[in-house]
Amino acid sequence: MFKKILIANRGEIACRVIRTAKKMGIATVAVYSDADARAPFVQMADEAVHIGPSPAAQSYLIAEKIIEACKQTGADAVHPGYGFLSERTSFAQALADNGIAFVGPPINAIAAMGDKIESKKLAKLAGVNVVPGFVGEIESTEHAVQISNEIGYPVMMKASAGGGGKGMRLAYNENDVREGFEATKREGLNSFGDDRVFIEKFILNPRHIEIQILGDQHGNVLYLNERECSIQRRHQKVVEEAPSPFVTPKMRKAMGEQCVALAKAVGYYSAGTVELIVSGADPTGESFYFLEMNTRLQVEHPVTECITGVDLVEQMIRVAAGEKLALTQDDVKIDGWAIENRVYAEDPYRGFLPSTGRLVRYNPPVAGWTGDIRGVDGVRVDDGVRDGGEVSMFYDPMIAKLITWGATRDEAADKQVAALDRFELEGLGHNIDFLSAIMQHPRFRSGELTTGFIAEEYPDGFTGAATSPDLIRSLAAIAAFAATAEADRARQVDGQLGDELDPPLAWQVKIGDVVHDVAFEGEEVTIDGHDFDLAIEYTPGDRMIEAEAEGDNLSVKIAKTRMGFKMTTRGAIHQARVLPANIARLAAHMIDKVPPDLSRFLLCPMPGLLVALHVQEGDKVEAGQALAVVEAMKMENILRAEKTGVVKTVNAKAGESLAVDAIILEME
Amino acid sequence: MSSNIAELEKRRDAARMGGGQKRIDSQHAKGRLTARERLEVLLDEGSFEEYDMYVEHNCTDFGMDETKIPGDGVVTGSGTINGRLVFVFSQDFTVFGGSLSERHAQKICKVMDMALKVGAPVIGLNDSGGARIQEGVASLGGYAEVFQRNVNASGVVPQISLIMGPCAGGAVYSPAMTDFIFMVKDSSYMFVTGPDVVKTVTNEVVTQEELGGAVTHTAKSGVADVAFENDIEALLAARDFFDYLPENNRIGVPERPTDDPWDRIEESLDTVIPASANMPYDMHEVIKKTVDEGDFFEVQPTHAGNIIIGFGRIEGRTVGIVANQPIVLAGCLDINASKKAGRFVRFCDAFEIPIITFVDVPGFLPGVSQEHNGIIKHGAKLLFAYAEATVPKITIITRKAYGGAYDVMASKHLRGDLNYAWPTAEIAVMGAKGAVEIIFRGKTTEEIAERTKEYEDRFANPFVAASKGFIDEVIYPHSTRRRIALGLRKLRNKELENPWKKHDNIPL
Repeated sequence: MFKKILIANRGEIACRVIRTAKKMGIATVAVYSDADARAPFVQMADEAVHIGPSPAAQSYLIAEKIIEACKQTGADAVHPGYGFLSERTSFAQALADNGIAFVGPPINAIAAMGDKIESKKLAKLAGVNVVPGFVGEIESTEHAVQISNEIGYPVMMKASAGGGGKGMRLAYNENDVREGFEATKREGLNSFGDDRVFIEKFILNPRHIEIQILGDQHGNVLYLNERECSIQRRHQKVVEEAPSPFVTPKMRKAMGEQCVALAKAVGYYSAGTVELIVSGADPTGESFYFLEMNTRLQVEHPVTECITGVDLVEQMIRVAAGEKLALTQDDVKIDGWAIENRVYAEDPYRGFLPSTGRLVRYNPPVAGWTGDIRGVDGVRVDDGVRDGGEVSMFYDPMIAKLITWGATRDEAADKQVAALDRFELEGLGHNIDFLSAIMQHPRFRSGELTTGFIAEEYPDGFTGAATSPDLIRSLAAIAAFAATAEADRARQVDGQLGDELDPPLAWQVKIGDVVHDVAFEGEEVTIDGHDFDLAIEYTPGDRMIEAEAEGDNLSVKIAKTRMGFKMTTRGAIHQARVLPANIARLAAHMIDKVPPDLSRFLLCPMPGLLVALHVQEGDKVEAGQALAVVEAMKMENILRAEKTGVVKTVNAKAGESLAVDAIILEME
Repeated sequence: MSSNIAELEKRRDAARMGGGQKRIDSQHAKGRLTARERLEVLLDEGSFEEYDMYVEHNCTDFGMDETKIPGDGVVTGSGTINGRLVFVFSQDFTVFGGSLSERHAQKICKVMDMALKVGAPVIGLNDSGGARIQEGVASLGGYAEVFQRNVNASGVVPQISLIMGPCAGGAVYSPAMTDFIFMVKDSSYMFVTGPDVVKTVTNEVVTQEELGGAVTHTAKSGVADVAFENDIEALLAARDFFDYLPENNRIGVPERPTDDPWDRIEESLDTVIPASANMPYDMHEVIKKTVDEGDFFEVQPTHAGNIIIGFGRIEGRTVGIVANQPIVLAGCLDINASKKAGRFVRFCDAFEIPIITFVDVPGFLPGVSQEHNGIIKHGAKLLFAYAEATVPKITIITRKAYGGAYDVMASKHLRGDLNYAWPTAEIAVMGAKGAVEIIFRGKTTEEIAERTKEYEDRFANPFVAASKGFIDEVIYPHSTRRRIALGLRKLRNKELENPWKKHDNIPL
């Protein structure tokens, strides 16, 4: 076994690998860039080597620096994590040349799978389904019809040079092909100067399902079941789960065996993943097709670990050291259900705007896992940041992975909702509410997923998860309780004129347009005159309330505002106005101020420096035109016109520091 | 007997109706509460005791003797806020437009005299069209009587003004001399001369809101301290604010229980200073992670953002916080910041509120307009205020403390009691580059770079200052709260007096 492993990566995956290495009694070496000098993975490792400036191209992507660090520390193996150098044959080769073990697959397998066309050919040869299609020259409409009939409908006709939806036509039958083929050709010619067209099967209700492969250097290859990663936003995976709600045992076996055959065909060992596209419209489960193979550990590997109990990093290390796999295909079972949510530094309330900067507060529901692969009570957090840490603009915006395990899919999803409610994260925009909304979404619960889930369910963006009237009632009760506790404490100040006063016991709580009257009498709580069952604790200053309201266990993040509380739970933020009943009566006279229509304004999306302003008053601008550049955390963000119009006034000038939501300019 | 009681009830009911239902409705339609409703929100339920309910004006000109309304446009009395005594007056716009008559002024003076006598704060709710013109000079005299009492009370009992409607002409000078002014957005305004006069005299066209609205005064002029969305928000905020203030200048800060541990460690503060010296960070985070429960009542949050002032608590006891804010103008001291913080420091000193100062200041803001507008005198105000303050003063230098601004910000030399520095502190005459360019004028770029490095190594740390005793201890950022709490305990019996004088001569 290796004595010392160097992790040629950063962040959560570096922490993840270090944890397993420590468990196995192997010493660890971290490599880090300037930006990561204070990162947790650097402190977790036994040794750390600085390898250069913050941009990955000048540090994590330079193989020579990694090899130099190995020599310097005497590391005899390198785990590449994912991304960076993990799928570069030149890196694996350089390690081999220096007698350092690569914790990953053989070089030729990386090479074979690294080429999209080559890998498809190999897959086909190995007997793996590939998306049926015709790549050669199509001579005529009749030829196109013939090809389409062979493939089976629906088919997609695509201009070879096409892209962005242009030059694409869907055909559900022979007639569609006859009508559309020539048009597609013309579009290709007109738009791209190329009239070649190819035809392939159109996958209805596409789902992204992948098979985890694990092999050793002695010719043994197993499949560790599937993961479904259909919930993606702009090809970025957001939610992953194992097993897939779509896959039947028969389908699993068919998929697994095909993928194992492919792995064997290229002499694969270590962990790898075969990504498949599956048609959710075909109930037979036979419509699954090879997309590509990733010759490394996947981000979403923990869900597989949770249902199989196999520590994939440990297996990779053992395989790299030449050990035989200790388990056989029959040992690979599915125990329960696991879901992973990726907590990203992007703000769903602001069009998923990426966000970087300081984690003013970072307090995950459980600390990073150390012992049980299923974490604490089925909640596992894989992260590489800490309270007061930073999400840097130089790397991936993923803050943490939240993994839950339950006996059933619903249980795992419920645990996600509960854990997300307890996930405290302040200082930058994040997608916790959005993840919670997905976890509660009836369509997610039904398992009817496609890769279009997010685009279909949130076509107009995200404004918070749907909230039931019952939840609003519970929040009203909680807010009134917290207000009573605050008032009671305020009345314990010294220097009072008479005896200590009692806090108000009757409150009016307004959340959105909903008003509830909450009253406390002894241990009894009533809402709008009806008894309400509430068990709760709150001490002024608490940022989190745990309550049981009408039998529902709630974790609510709470922050004081001028007239009440901001409460965040179950994927939405609620502003609660809480007033003693005698004052609430007067609140009716207050005029609700209509928030100004901000659509005409260009607002600064984040605190930053206005580096450039591209327009002047009176300028006519087109939708999508760059108007200004705001630099935040050294990253230049280009602000574009949302619609065509004329600049009415310019309110800021280049060089100015702007607060979030500061008005940069106004359109007419 | 019963007829006497009936008469009392009748008179009370009449007084409570103020200017009548129609005017009350019109006040409500503007989104404003009546004078009495405002007191209901401000004071503990049922605690208000009204004085002079039956006072009427004494004017006989212009037919005024035919319209007399009991109370004469102002509701006065006393009550409690969370049990603590406060004297209040609330102008009633429904009665003669809240205009100030001689009797109206007398009522205000009466509660102010009482407050001063017993050592309790005064809160004034202003909603008045101005002087009662029918009364002429009697009304002007009334204003001056109030002014004199504002001045007498200044530094003896806290005075807070809430501007909840018009406040124009001479009337502005009473709130101007109180300690804090809160305003209500879109509903209150303050100016010496209104838009009409401005237009006649200078030809400038301006709305009331632009000339003297809440946003103007809390952002631009700095006349007012905080702007609120509506009456209720302003009044509830005034309650919260009142909880921080001592009753008078002798009694010391109020104390209330808290469950926030005095020795709470905040690991995340160890990384709040960015790796690069030129990167800003939000000083609010440092303040909020230091005070009890993260509860910080910021004063003048939208004016001179390069300095932060406000109240927090440590172990349940009020502290005044002053802090440079690196994200605005790099935390430089300028005219507005000096005036803002100088006045706040003097308030704290007057009322025995310990001052915690967080320092990250690269110096005074350079510029022609700053010099020509008198940064010398205005900067001196803050320096003066810190130097004369005898309350406990604890200073934490988080990063830069350069030049004269270092001296100003509650340095050891200005009788700072406990001066701490984080390991990231740099106490120097100026930034390394500037210093080297002066010391090694005319040298090559390479040499300058080399010398800059040398200067940084020598001075970009707290240890040179610490070696001279200018810093009492270099502390871990994570232990800041613990250090401050312990320091305040030690300083609780601090005794320090300035030489006797009639009063000082602060550079106004």
